[in-house]
Amino acid sequence: MKKVAFWPWLWVVLGGLYFLLPLYATLDFSLRAKRGVLGLTAYASVLHNPKFVQTFAFSLRMAVFTIVVSILLMVPTVYWVHLRVPRLRPMVEFVTLLPFVVPAIVHVFGLIKTYSQPPLVLVVSPALLVGAYVVLSFPYMYRAIDTGLRALDVRTLTEAAQSLGAGWGTILFRVILPNLRVALLSGAFLTFSIVMGELTLALYLAWPAFGPFMYQIGQNRAYEPAALAIISLALTWLSIGLIQLFGRGHAGQAQIAGAK
Amino acid sequence: MSQLVQVEAQTARMQVGRRGWDWSWLGVIPFFAFAVAFLIWPCFSLVLGSFQDPQGHWTLANIRDLGQPFILEAYWLSIRISLVTALVGGIFGFLLAYAVTQGGLPRFVRSGFLSFGGVASNFAGVPLALAFIATLGRTGLVTAVLKTVFGINIYDRGFNLYTFWGLSLTYLYFQFPLMLLIMAPALDGLKREWREAAENLGATSGEYWRYVALPILMPSILGTMVLLFGNAFGAQATAFALTGGSLNLTTILIGQQITGDVLHNPNLGYALALGMVVVMAVSIGLYTLLQRTTSKWLR
Amino acid sequence: MAFLELADVRKVFNQSVAVEHFTMGIEPGEFVSFLGPSGCGKTTTLRMVAGFERPTSGTISVGGVDITHRPANRRNIGMVFQSYALFPNMTVAENIGFGLKLKHVDSKSIAQRVSHLLEVINLPDKGGRYPAQLSGGQQQRVALARALAIEPQVLLLDEPLSALDAKIRVSLRNEIRAIQRQFGITTIYVTHDQEEALSLSDRIVVMSNGRVEQIGTPLQIYTYPQTTFVASFVGTLNVLRAKVIDPAAGRITVDDQPVMVARSLAQHRAGDMINVALRPEVIGLDGAPGTINQLQGVVEQVTFLGGTIRTQMRFASNSLFFDMFNTPNGKLPQTGQTLTVTFPEASCLLIDGPVGTSATV
Repeated sequence: MKKVAFWPWLWVVLGGLYFLLPLYATLDFSLRAKRGVLGLTAYASVLHNPKFVQTFAFSLRMAVFTIVVSILLMVPTVYWVHLRVPRLRPMVEFVTLLPFVVPAIVHVFGLIKTYSQPPLVLVVSPALLVGAYVVLSFPYMYRAIDTGLRALDVRTLTEAAQSLGAGWGTILFRVILPNLRVALLSGAFLTFSIVMGELTLALYLAWPAFGPFMYQIGQNRAYEPAALAIISLALTWLSIGLIQLFGRGHAGQAQIAGAK
Repeated sequence: MSQLVQVEAQTARMQVGRRGWDWSWLGVIPFFAFAVAFLIWPCFSLVLGSFQDPQGHWTLANIRDLGQPFILEAYWLSIRISLVTALVGGIFGFLLAYAVTQGGLPRFVRSGFLSFGGVASNFAGVPLALAFIATLGRTGLVTAVLKTVFGINIYDRGFNLYTFWGLSLTYLYFQFPLMLLIMAPALDGLKREWREAAENLGATSGEYWRYVALPILMPSILGTMVLLFGNAFGAQATAFALTGGSLNLTTILIGQQITGDVLHNPNLGYALALGMVVVMAVSIGLYTLLQRTTSKWLR
Repeated sequence: MAFLELADVRKVFNQSVAVEHFTMGIEPGEFVSFLGPSGCGKTTTLRMVAGFERPTSGTISVGGVDITHRPANRRNIGMVFQSYALFPNMTVAENIGFGLKLKHVDSKSIAQRVSHLLEVINLPDKGGRYPAQLSGGQQQRVALARALAIEPQVLLLDEPLSALDAKIRVSLRNEIRAIQRQFGITTIYVTHDQEEALSLSDRIVVMSNGRVEQIGTPLQIYTYPQTTFVASFVGTLNVLRAKVIDPAAGRITVDDQPVMVARSLAQHRAGDMINVALRPEVIGLDGAPGTINQLQGVVEQVTFLGGTIRTQMRFASNSLFFDMFNTPNGKLPQTGQTLTVTFPEASCLLIDGPVGTSATV
C-alpha cells in the first residue's frame, strides 16, 4: 500500500551529504598532520600553542561577562514589560531584533567611530567589547526569557509573593529567576557559542580573542585550522545539545542565529 | 474578574500616590540606554557621518560618491551572492523541509535534521570557512578524492573555493539549514483537512500543491528567502576568513576602510555602511510584511 | 439495491480493529447519522466512503458502481469537515467555486453557481471575504456550499457543528437539514451528539467499538433500544435492579415493591435478578389511568434546572431521578419527603448485562 518515498529520500540523502561531507572532511584533514598516519598531532600542536590558551581564556571571560550582564539587564526588563508596561513590548522587541538588521561590520564601525575620540574613549577597554556582545545576545536572551515568562503567569506569581510580604529584590531573585532557569540556560548557551566564535567585533576592536586566533592560524597553517574548526564545532554542538537537553527537545526558533 | 479589580485598584493607588502620573516606564530605561550606547547611537552616528564632510559640514557628496564603479561593484557582488544563496538555499531548504515533514520518512530523520539545522545555522564565520577549506580547498578532501579517484581536477576545470561560487557554496551551509528551520513548522501548519478537502473536490496532488499548499506557504517561503538574502548580505566573517579580502564584497570593503583608509575619506566609509543598513532594513521590512500576510490567513 | 451500499466493510489499523462488519444500504435522498462515542469507528467509516481510507476488506458502492478502490479525487463525494477546512488563501467565492474550477467549468457558469449557493447558505454578500473574516458558523456554511457546488452523489458531514457555540449549533443544524431536503442529496452525518442525530436523521446508526449496535429510525432507537449500549448512550436512563417473580405475567419487584412490565420475560426464571430501565420523562407523580406501577421512596435531592425540576429519589437499594415541568403553581417535592412515583408498564425497558444500580449516561 505505502508508496516508496523516492523524492523525500533523495533530498534527505543529498542534504545529509552536504551537511556531513565538510564535517567529515575537516575531521579527516585534522587527523592527517603526520604523513601517512591518522593522529592527533594537529590537536596537540593547537593545544600546546600558548596563544590558544590565552585567546580561549580571553573569549571565555568575555562570554561569562556577557552572559552575566545580559541576564542582569534583560531579566528585570522583560519582567517589567510583562508586569507593568506591556504597551512597550513592541518597542523592546524591535530593539532586541536590531542586531539582526545591523551587520556586524557596520556595528563595529559605528562603535569605533563613536568611542575612539573624546569625550568617551572606550576602544581601549574590554567593556566596549562586552557591551557590544551583550547587544548581540539581545535577540536570544529576550526570546528565551519572554517565552519563559509567558509560561509562568508572572502577574499571579508576583502578587502571590507580594501578598506574602516579599519585596522587589526577593521577587526577582527568589521567585522569578529560579523559575526561569531553563530559559536562561538556553539563552546563555547560545550566547556562549556565539561569543566564542565571534570574529568581526573582536578583530576590528583588536582584542586577542579566540575568533581572530582561529583566523590567524587559518592564514598560516595547514592542518591546525581543521583541528580548530572541529574544536569550535564541538563547542557549538555542545551548547546547542545542552539547550535541547534542558529544553526537553524543543528545538527551533530560539536557536536561529544570524550569519557572521 | 477579581484579578482585574485588584489590578485596577493597584493602578489607582499608584496613580494617586504619584500624582496621577505613571512612572513605570522608567523601569525599562537601563535597557534602552544600553541599546542606545552600544548599538543605536554608534550606528546613528554613522548615518550622520555619511552626510558630513571630514570638516563636519553637511553634504550629500558621500552619497553621490557611492556611485564610483568599485563601490557599485562591491554592492553588486554582495547582492548577487546574497540572491544566489537565498534562492538556492531557499529552494533546497524548502525541499528538504518538505521531505522531513511531509515525506513520510521515519521520525528520527526529522528530529535529526532539525537538531542538525540548529547547529549548522550557527556554524558560520571562521570555523565554517576552515571546514570548507579542508573540504574543497586546493588540498581539501573532496578535491583530492575527485582528483585521485575520478581523475577530475576541479581547480583545472575552473572551480575555485576563493571565488564567487566557492563562497556561495560555503554560505549555503548556514543558509540552507535556516530555511529548513523556518519552513519545517510552516509545513507542519498545513492542515491535513486542506489536502482532503481539495482531493474531495477532485484535485490531484499536483493541483492541491498548485492551488492550495503553495499559495498558503508562498508568503513564508518568500519572506524567509528575503531573510536569507539579508543574512548573506550582512555576513562578513565567513567571507573574510575564506578569501582574506580578495573578494570585493561590501562588508570586506568596510573592513578595509576600518583597518587602513582605502577610500581616503572616512565619511565615504560611513555612507557605505549606511547603504548596507538601508538594504538590510528594506529586506527586514519586506519579511515582516510577508509574515503578516500569512498570519492573517492562518489566524 | 440501495443507492449507497456498504457491504461487510472492515478496517484494521496496525492490528487494532477500527470498523468491523459494517453492512448498510442507504436510499437516495436519505439522511443517515452515524452516532457513537469517540473512537467508535464512525469517522473511519465516513472516511472510507470519502476515499481517505481504504477498507481492509468489504466493498463500498454508489449507484451500483463499486468505488472501494477509487481514489478520493475521482469519487464525486462532497465532504464537510469539523474544522471547516476552508482554503485560507481563497475568498469565499473562490472556495465554493474551487471544485468546479478543477473540472474546467467556464468561469461564467462558476460565477452563477457560486452566487446561487451563496443565496442558499444565506451569505449573498460575503463572496469577496476571506474565511478568516467570517464567524465559525458562516465558515461552516461556506464549507457546505463548497461541498454542494460539485453536485456530489453523496454528502458527508464529519461532526460539522462540534466547533460551534450551542446556539449556532441548533440553528445551523436545522439549516443543514433544510438545504439537504432542498437538494435531495443522500447524506451521512457523523456526530457524537445524540440530540443532533435524533432531531435530524431519517435513520441512525449507533456504533460502539467498531461495531454497529443498532440501525433504525430515531423513534426506534430511542424507544426500543436493542442493546444495553444503545439504551444507555441515547437519552438518559434510570436503571433499577429488579427480581423476577412471574416471568409469564411480567411481574417483578423492585426493592420488594411490585412492578409490571409489558414485555416477555420468558427467558428468565422466577428469582432471577434483571435490570429494568426507565426514561426520566415517563416517571410522574400523578398516576394517570393505566399506570399501575407505583414506587414509594424518599426524596434525596431536588435540583432546579430552569424549565424543569429534577428530583432524585432513593428506595431501599435503588435510586432514580425524574424531571417535571416547573409550573408556577406546582408543588415542589421536599428533601426527606416520602413520595410515590408512577410509570406505565409499557415504558419499562429491559437491559441485559451488568449495569450499575442507577445509570445516568
